[in-house]
Amino acid sequence: MKRHHRVVPLVAALALLGACASNAHQDSPAASPADKGKDKPVYAGLDPVDDKNPFPSTYHPLPSVTTALVGATIFTGTGARIDGGTVVLVDGKIAAVGKDIAVPAGAKVIDAHGKYVTPGIIDAHSHLGVYASPSVWANSDGNEMTDPNTAQVWAEHSVWPQDPGFIRALEGGITTLEILPGSANLFGGRAVILKNVPGRTVQDKKFPGAPYGLKMACGENPKRVYGSKGRTPATRMGNVFGYRKAWIDAQEYRRKWDDYRRKLADYKAGKGDKAPDAPKRDLQMDTLAGVLDGSILVQNHCYRADEMAQMIDISHEFGFHIAMFHHGSEAYKIADILKKEDICVATWGEWWGFKMEAYDGIEENAALLQKAGVCTVIHSDDDILTQHLVQEATIALAAGRRMGIQIDEAEAIKWVTANPAKSIGVLDKTGTLEAGKMGDVVLWSADPFSVYATADQVFIDGALVYDRHDPAAQPKSDFELGQTGPAHPGPQGVGPGRPVLTTSTEQPQ
Amino acid sequence: MSRRHTLMGHTLMAAASSLVLLAGAAGAETVAITNARIETMGPAGEIPSGTILIRDGRIQAVGASVSIPADARRVDAKGHIVTPGLVASDTSLGAGEVEGEASSNDFAGATAEMSASFDVSLGINPASMLVPVARVGGVTRALVTPELSGRGEKKGEKLFAGQAAVVDMSGGTDSITKRRAVLVVDVGTEAMEHLGGSHGGVLQLLESSLEEAASYAANKGGYEHGTHRPYRQSKEDLEALLPVIQGKMPLLVGVHRVADIRRTLELGKRLKLRLILDGVEEGWMMAPEIAASGVPVVVDPLANLPRDFESLNARLENAAILQAAGATVVIKGPYVGHYARQVRYNAGNAVAHGMPWPAALAAITATPAKVFGFNDRAGTIEPGRDADLVVWSGDPLEILSVAEHVFVRGIEAPLTSRAQDLAHRYQTPDAALPPAYRN
Repeated sequence: MKRHHRVVPLVAALALLGACASNAHQDSPAASPADKGKDKPVYAGLDPVDDKNPFPSTYHPLPSVTTALVGATIFTGTGARIDGGTVVLVDGKIAAVGKDIAVPAGAKVIDAHGKYVTPGIIDAHSHLGVYASPSVWANSDGNEMTDPNTAQVWAEHSVWPQDPGFIRALEGGITTLEILPGSANLFGGRAVILKNVPGRTVQDKKFPGAPYGLKMACGENPKRVYGSKGRTPATRMGNVFGYRKAWIDAQEYRRKWDDYRRKLADYKAGKGDKAPDAPKRDLQMDTLAGVLDGSILVQNHCYRADEMAQMIDISHEFGFHIAMFHHGSEAYKIADILKKEDICVATWGEWWGFKMEAYDGIEENAALLQKAGVCTVIHSDDDILTQHLVQEATIALAAGRRMGIQIDEAEAIKWVTANPAKSIGVLDKTGTLEAGKMGDVVLWSADPFSVYATADQVFIDGALVYDRHDPAAQPKSDFELGQTGPAHPGPQGVGPGRPVLTTSTEQPQ
Repeated sequence: MSRRHTLMGHTLMAAASSLVLLAGAAGAETVAITNARIETMGPAGEIPSGTILIRDGRIQAVGASVSIPADARRVDAKGHIVTPGLVASDTSLGAGEVEGEASSNDFAGATAEMSASFDVSLGINPASMLVPVARVGGVTRALVTPELSGRGEKKGEKLFAGQAAVVDMSGGTDSITKRRAVLVVDVGTEAMEHLGGSHGGVLQLLESSLEEAASYAANKGGYEHGTHRPYRQSKEDLEALLPVIQGKMPLLVGVHRVADIRRTLELGKRLKLRLILDGVEEGWMMAPEIAASGVPVVVDPLANLPRDFESLNARLENAAILQAAGATVVIKGPYVGHYARQVRYNAGNAVAHGMPWPAALAAITATPAKVFGFNDRAGTIEPGRDADLVVWSGDPLEILSVAEHVFVRGIEAPLTSRAQDLAHRYQTPDAALPPAYRN
């Protein structure tokens, strides 16, 4: 996306009008003498399409060297498992993945025999930075609980890059995160995609080229928060009214701008003698309009099957697509509908029962969705769980097998790699180990579906950003500096005395 | 009123299919679990291949060669691992259905007048929907602890959350193993949220509350006749503190940072209390000191974030370091009873970060039984103990392993729950009739 200067002088603003009319950022011819004095300048920041990326990513990959991980069992994230395989990272990208891959001359070779390699783990539902540790009042920045529609707020403006939780997540293999606003509101605001690298600013962490998400919420949270304030929504029917009213407003906003651009084009073409007035820019409507034009992905917190079905009807009514239902405790009840609508579902392995709308949450949810062909995602919504996201997937995998749904690990790893990448709009860049994609890779000490596995090395864009056995490659947030007491003895390794088993744990019963 | 009753009625009806009562001694059968790799967690250690004989709800014999009575039902463990039933420590299991609905919760009963004396066992519902879920996960006993106050509850001046109970997962009305097992108190940030003041103030209040009980014990006559000064705590609360100050009942103290752990240990020594420390996120920094005190600790091995300023140094290696120093370590899962089954994954994570496997398994079986005072009933596989047993498909600490057979007090539990009923109901989407007509 081409960027313009933040402060646009008047003359430039005049020139921009032409660009706006065609929704393209090309220079317009200078205004003819006849037009002079009749144009209505649109000042910097007043036209929503003038600059859709006012907080651009300043992310630069950390320094990397050509690296070859050799001899590992690889789950590629495409559904394949390669035993004794090699992954080569060159210039920050995945250069090659396979069994008989030549190691480039001069490459740093990592002996990965007996270890496992997966794509970097992606958590599609995180509040790191917006609900940072320590969880004191000052760090509680995730819910703008002042109006049921706060589509105008952006999670990135609440992200505290020094949240120690980012680094704990990195130590667990998380390389990409979607940071969402909370679920108090019908429209919580924009979600942002981050690469999980330490940065001085949130812009340093922003995933280049990733689309924005819009957090929406069904059910108990909005009606509880606003009902208790004596405002709408106080009920689920109030929730649905709130969504529909907002989408009507958004369509009206689009129509005003389209109308303006048409009139301006006519004016530029010499029809009419008066330049049209530009509508007033509205940040809330910009985000909703972004959903309606397909550039912003709807990320919808919704637990109950019946409510998901209603959200789908609303999406049909206004002509947008829901990228993913988050939490989706009852998604298994409508797996066929979700498959048909091509909507991903992000859920947990074992969370249930913490409120009524999660009462029917079952460990088998993900396996039933997978069986029905739904794009299935395991997410965390939690700063501890995100560190053990493959374990959470393992809970779901084990529950599926317990009821006879056989899913192999190479497929299940997609729940925390390729599928979340798809749902947040970055599958063309990361989420699988395929040549040309970002070099986001985790080297595991053992099968990541084992509780004893740890992420030993984590690569982001080919750079070694975390190494469990090298203190020089273990970032610390500013918050953590100077606060530790005695020196920590470091990783303890796996404890001794584990049983040697002759029976398989993969095919129980 | 009527609305609430209606809701409850619906819930109970929906649950009927998975509501299984195991208790009632009448059903106890004689069972021999054969061909088992037995982790007894008791004096017999590990038995690579053996038999466990269950009779009248108890373990009658365990060993490599056990004679099996003719009338015994045989369960072939196929060489798989058998462990004692797992213990969920410090959980709301059985004392709450839906965390967000205060009306469904019974774990937060303490008030200003009924603090130390609040007995959580009286509110435990053995027919809770959570019990079968925990059982499918291999949990057969729980230390159910009260919490200071639930969501939406009024806060007030109350220090003790109340008295915890040991409960089995039979689902029967006789499932309380032990009432008043420990008294629960927190001296960290959680307590400050209720009492205000400072960490130090909470500790002061704890000490003065216990000293008041000692004074009461020495002046009962005067108190009854109104000739002694009034006490800040109610008579019931003072009575409840007597076994604590007499060193008969353990005091489970939620405590987190080094300075508070040290002051709590000093207080325990001064007043000759039987302490158990809970949380202890910074315990690894003073592991030898904790070990030397002989005070057991209850830890969550996943707690590694600086959640508050009292846990800045929380680390994944906490359990391993404390255990290596010689401390008695109990591993717990999340407090909310829905996740009681997570306790074995937490033990697995403790091993991943250095704890020896046998110690981690003990930390969710024999150790909590001993620490919470019910090792005469459960926690190990040895003759005379209740037959709480689990046959596992693999390593019990691996998430991919599942429980193949679960026995609670000698009765084999069906491996079903309401959650699994739902899964089965919806696994076939395209039936002629709505799902409501299935199972």
